Amino acid sequence: MTQQASPYANAAGAKTVTLSVQSWVGAQADVAVAKLILERELGYRVDTVQVDEVPAWDALSQGRVDMIMEDWGHPEQEARYVKDKKTIVPAGEVGVIGHIGWFVPKYFADKHPDVTDWRNLNKYADQFKTPESGGKGQLLDGSPSYVTNDKALVDNLKLNYQVVFSGSEAAQITQIQRFAKEKKPFLTYWYQPQWLFEQVPMVEVKLPAYSEKCAAKAPEDIDCAYPTTPLAKYMNANFAKKGGKAAQFLKNFHWNAEQQNAVSLMIADQKLSPEAAAEKWVADNEPVWRAWLPKG
Amino acid sequence: MSAVTTTSAPPKPREAQASWRERGTRRPTLLKLAALALVAAVAIPVLHTRWASGTWPTPLTVDLTEPLGKVSDWIIDNRDGHPLFLYFFGHISNAVVLSVRAVYLVLLALGWAGTTALATLIAWRTAGPKLAAGTLASLATCGLLGMWVPTMQTLALMAVAVAASVALGAFLGLAAGLSDRTFRILRPVLDTMQVLPAFAYLLPVVLIFGIGVPAAVLATVVYAAPPMARLTALGLRGADKGVLEAVESLGATATQRLLTARLPLARKQLLLGLNQTIMMALSMAVIASVIGAAGLGDRVYQALASVDVGQALAAGLPIVLMAIVLDRVTAAAGSGDREQGRSWLPAAIGLAAVAAVAVAARLADSLLWPASWSIEIAPTVNKAVGWMTDHLYSGVPVIGGTADWAGHFTSYVLDPVRSGLTALPWYAVLLLVAALAWLIGTWKSALTATLAMAAIGVLGVWKPSMDTLSQVLAAVAVTLLIGFAIGIAASRNSRLERVLRPVLDVMQTMPQFVYLIPVVALFGVGRAPAAAAAVVYALPAVVRITTQGLQQVSPAAMESARSLGATRGQQLRQVQLPLARPSLLLAVNQGVVLVLAVVIIGGLVGGGALGYDVVFGLAQGDLATGLKAGAAIVCLGLMLDRVTQPSRAARKEDA
Repeated sequence: MTQQASPYANAAGAKTVTLSVQSWVGAQADVAVAKLILERELGYRVDTVQVDEVPAWDALSQGRVDMIMEDWGHPEQEARYVKDKKTIVPAGEVGVIGHIGWFVPKYFADKHPDVTDWRNLNKYADQFKTPESGGKGQLLDGSPSYVTNDKALVDNLKLNYQVVFSGSEAAQITQIQRFAKEKKPFLTYWYQPQWLFEQVPMVEVKLPAYSEKCAAKAPEDIDCAYPTTPLAKYMNANFAKKGGKAAQFLKNFHWNAEQQNAVSLMIADQKLSPEAAAEKWVADNEPVWRAWLPKG
Repeated sequence: MSAVTTTSAPPKPREAQASWRERGTRRPTLLKLAALALVAAVAIPVLHTRWASGTWPTPLTVDLTEPLGKVSDWIIDNRDGHPLFLYFFGHISNAVVLSVRAVYLVLLALGWAGTTALATLIAWRTAGPKLAAGTLASLATCGLLGMWVPTMQTLALMAVAVAASVALGAFLGLAAGLSDRTFRILRPVLDTMQVLPAFAYLLPVVLIFGIGVPAAVLATVVYAAPPMARLTALGLRGADKGVLEAVESLGATATQRLLTARLPLARKQLLLGLNQTIMMALSMAVIASVIGAAGLGDRVYQALASVDVGQALAAGLPIVLMAIVLDRVTAAAGSGDREQGRSWLPAAIGLAAVAAVAVAARLADSLLWPASWSIEIAPTVNKAVGWMTDHLYSGVPVIGGTADWAGHFTSYVLDPVRSGLTALPWYAVLLLVAALAWLIGTWKSALTATLAMAAIGVLGVWKPSMDTLSQVLAAVAVTLLIGFAIGIAASRNSRLERVLRPVLDVMQTMPQFVYLIPVVALFGVGRAPAAAAAVVYALPAVVRITTQGLQQVSPAAMESARSLGATRGQQLRQVQLPLARPSLLLAVNQGVVLVLAVVIIGGLVGGGALGYDVVFGLAQGDLATGLKAGAAIVCLGLMLDRVTQPSRAARKEDA
C-alpha cells in the first residue's frame, strides 16, 4: 500500500520524479523551474500533482509524491513524519523567507497612514464593511489550508472586525484585484513573497510583536503577529536515499524571493503557462541553476 | 453530479393525475395537521421550559471530535502495516492503479490518430454518421486545445471508474431486481448515496487510500454506481409478465429465464443506467482532482489556482465535449434505433481502417497530438472575462452593477432567511420539517426528514447547517423563478427550445470550478457568488423538466380548454400547470439536490458554513471537522429530498 506512484508515471519507460504542487503561485514557480531542469538537463520525466499542504505531507510520507518544494511550517506533521516515523526528511531551504501578515492597499495607507497600526484599526472598521461582514469591518482571509490565527487575533485584540473566509486563494486574489480596480479600502490576510504585490501594492499592518512565548499559547489565546519562516523543502526518505541525481539536484535547488517572484509574476500576471515562464527564466539565469546540478 | 435528469424518465403525469385530484378533498391534509398540532401542543411546552434557546441545546449533542481524531490517528499509524490495509485496501488500490495504467498505455499506443479513428468508428456503429462526425470533431478539439494527454488520462480513469461502477451497480441491481427483500433494504441506501454531495466523502476516502488515482476512482464509484443499480433493478422488475410466463412455460430454469428473457427485456434500462453512470462519473472528474486525480480535472484545478479562467476553460471544454458525446452515443445505443447484429463486414472494414490509421501515425512518429496543431484560447477568454467583469461589476446605469446586486441579495434575501432560521427555535424547525414532509409524502418520509434534521443537531453543527440551509433555500428560489419562466417559454416555442438545448448541455456539464472565478469577479467573495454558481448549475435540470412536463400535458385537455375560449394565460394557469404538477415537483426536487451540491463547493468562494468546513477538513486533514460537516450535508440533503419529493407510496396512501 505504501509504495505506489501515479498510474500515468513512467509511461515512456523514463526515470520519473513526482512533485507536489501547492496552490499558490510561488510553489508553482519552484516546481516549474525544477521540472524543466530535471527534464532537460537530467533526462527525467516529471509528474506533478496538485494537493493541499497537509494531504501533501501524507502523500510524501507514503511515497506517492517524492518532494514538497515549499513548506510554510507544519510542526505537527513534522513531528509525526520526520521525527516519529522517519518517512520524510528535510531537504534544505528554498532560499525564500516567508511572512504572513495583515495588509491594506497602499492607496489607502497613503491617505490614512495611521491605519498601519492595529490599535487604530477599529477607527476604520466602518470603511472596511461589506455585505458579508455583518456590520463590522471585513478582514478577508484566504484558503482553508493556510496557517491562520485571525479569528483569535480579532477576539483577543478586541477588534470590531469579522473574519470572512474566501475559501480559496484564487477567490481571495480575485476579490483583492476587484477592490484595487475600484480603489476601495480593504484589509486582508496575505503573505510575502507574493507576486500580487507587484500588481496591487500593499502595506503591512503592525500587529503586536511575535514572540515564541506567545506562539506557544493555545490557538484561541494567540494575540501576536505571525512568525517569519524560512521556507523549507521536504523529501520522501526513500527518494532521498535512492533518488540519484534528481534527489541531489532538488536538495541543491535554492533561490531568492526576487528570482521566484519573477517566475510567479509571469505565470500569474502575464498568464504564461508555468512551463513557458520557467523556460524564460531558465534561459536568462543559466549561472544560477547550473550551480544546482549535481557534480560529476 | 449533474445529468441525473437529462435523460431519466419523467414521472408519468397521467397516472399521478388522479391521486392529485383526490387530494383536493383536503381531509388527509387536515388530519395530518391536526395530529402534528397535537404533538406540538404536548411537546413544545416541555421542550421550551428545558431548552428555550433558538439553536440546538448543547446537552443534546454528542461530541465526536475526539473519537474521530483517534480514528484518523489510528489509520495514519496503521496504514503501512495493518493487514486490513496490506491485504484489503492495498489490493484494491493496486488493482485500480494497474487497470488505469493499462487503459492509459493502450490509448497512448493507439496514438491520437488511432484513438480518434476508433472512437469515431464506435460512434458510427452505435449511433450513426452524425454522431460519428461529432465525435471526430470533439476529439480534434481536445487536441487543438492542447489537452490531448490530460484528456487521455481522464479517459483512462473514467473507463476504469465506469467499469467498476457498472459492475457494482449491476450486481446490486440484479440482487434488488430478483429479491423483494434486497430491494427494500437497498432502496434507502441508494437514496442516500444519490443525495450525498460528492465533496462530503472525499475526506474519508483520502484518509484510507491517500491522495491519488485510487481514491479518485473509488470516490467516483460511490457516486456513479447508484443510477446503474436503480435502473437495473427497475428494468428487471418491469419485465413484461406475459413474456416471462411464456418463457417459464417452456421449462426454462431461473438462470435461463434471467439470461434469455429478463436481461434482454431490460436492455433499455440497462443502457440508460450506463448512460447515467457515465455522466455522473464525468462530473466527478474535476472534484476528484482535489484529491490528486490527474488529467483534465487537475488542469482545471491548477488553472483555478493561478486565477486563469481561460486556461480553466480550455481544460473544461474537453470534459464538456466528452460528456455530450458519451451522453448522445450511449443514449442512441439505448434507444435501439440502430439495431445491432447487422452484417459484420462494415465493422471489420472499419476496424482494419482504424488499425491502418494507428500504424500510419506510429510510423510517422506522431503518437501524441502534434504540438504545432494547437490554438490558444486562454488569452482571448481572459480578455473577454476581464471586459465583462470590468463593465458589469459596478456603475451600470439604472440597474446597478453585479456587485450591487450581490450586496442586495446578501442583505435583503440571504441575511433575513438566515437570521429567521437561526432565530426560529430548533423544535419549531423540526416541526416545520415534519409538517412539510408529511403533507407532501408519507409519515415515513416525515420521520426520515425529522430524524435527519435532529441528527444535525446531535452532531453539534446546527448553526452552520442553518446557514447552509438559508443559502440553499435562497438559491433554489432564484433557480425556480428563472427555471420555470424559461421552461414555460421553451414549452411554447420549439425554436427557443432547440436553441436552448446546447446551452443547457454546456451549463450542465461544464465543471463548476471553471466558473467559480468569474462569479467571484462579478459578485465578490461571499455567499452571493456561491448562490450564483449554484443557480447556473441547477437551472438546466429545472428548465428541462419543466419544459418536458408542460409539453406532455394531454392535448385533449388543452383542446377542450381552448374550445371553452380560455386565453393562453388561462390555459397555462388553469390547465397546463396543474396537470404538470408532478413534473414541476420533480423539478423542485432536482433543483434542491443540485443546488445543495454546489452550495457546498461555494465554500471555495466564501460561502462559509458547512461547505467551508468540508474544504477545511480536506485541506487540514481534519477528519472531525470535515466528517461532521459532511454528515450534516448528507442529512440536509435527505431532509430536503423528503420534503420536496412526493413518493409513490404517498400518492397511494392519499388516493
